[in-house]
Amino acid sequence: MISIPAIAFYVFSGLMLLSAGLVITSRNTVYSVLFLILAFFNAAGLFVLVNAEFLAMMLVVVYVGAVAVLFLFVVMMLNVNMALPKRDTRSYMLVGSVVGGILLGELFLIVGVWSIAPEAIDLVSAPQNMFGQKGNTHALGQLLYTHYFLAFQGAGVILLVAMVGAIVLTLRQREGVRKQNIHDQIKREAKDCVELVNVPSGQGVDL
Amino acid sequence: MEVSLTNEFLSQYFPILMFMGVAAGLSLLLFLVSLVRGPSKPDPEKLSSYECGFEAFSDARLKFDVRFYLVAILFIIFDLEIAFLFPWAIALKDIGMFGFWSMMLFLLFLTIGFIYEWRKGALEWE
Repeated sequence: MISIPAIAFYVFSGLMLLSAGLVITSRNTVYSVLFLILAFFNAAGLFVLVNAEFLAMMLVVVYVGAVAVLFLFVVMMLNVNMALPKRDTRSYMLVGSVVGGILLGELFLIVGVWSIAPEAIDLVSAPQNMFGQKGNTHALGQLLYTHYFLAFQGAGVILLVAMVGAIVLTLRQREGVRKQNIHDQIKREAKDCVELVNVPSGQGVDL
Repeated sequence: MEVSLTNEFLSQYFPILMFMGVAAGLSLLLFLVSLVRGPSKPDPEKLSSYECGFEAFSDARLKFDVRFYLVAILFIIFDLEIAFLFPWAIALKDIGMFGFWSMMLFLLFLTIGFIYEWRKGALEWE
């Protein structure tokens, strides 16, 4: 008898692998982004299965809610042709396989470390048990702001740099745009803009 | 790996799992029923574009203002800031004054960024 979490695990991970494969194989880049979103959702399900509910919610909020929108923007902006020529794919093959090989090796290393040092997995799951039965979010809060003070402030500085960088790179003041300036509008008075001229009859007036 | 709160914790998520299962099953069912049962007799007139009677002039992927992108990036940054606030708010009772001021310093950095983007006019739409 397979338990429900096991079934959920296989469904989530199977769907995630499937949609991850479709991200890189589908020709239409918009479909790729949609499959990426599906993969994010399944990863969130896997996080819930290992009790990391805060990470699951953040994955949905940050990645699905914001990063996926950015990806869609990029896809729309880049104006990519639907069918890439074959030789382009081949020229990226070498770099791609090197990066993919390194990632695969690292994945094997993780499994290897667990079999070399069986206590490693206890260390990984320690913080949550250390703080009682209150759950993942609480355990994170207990450690992140005090024990990992420097890393936390580093995250703040990185966000600041990202903000300044995005503004410096993309902000352009456009010429010749008429903007509404409420302060100027309210400050304007009748004596600044209305002139009463007593016109002598039959002569006209110079303005 | 034996984590004691696993089963009790996961059982709280069971209704969500049920909901997702029902949603997936129902949408798949409706899709398949209309695919199988619906009549499908295409002809050239039916398949031609009918919206306002025009063929599409160009691709839907137009280049648009980079300002949309800037707004989205700024949104993500403040989204992440909010994400850091949640565990802090929950654990505030236990982490004491140090934890409180740690967050205040973090918020100070982001407030500097916020003032910068305000003064630069990045939030204004021309």
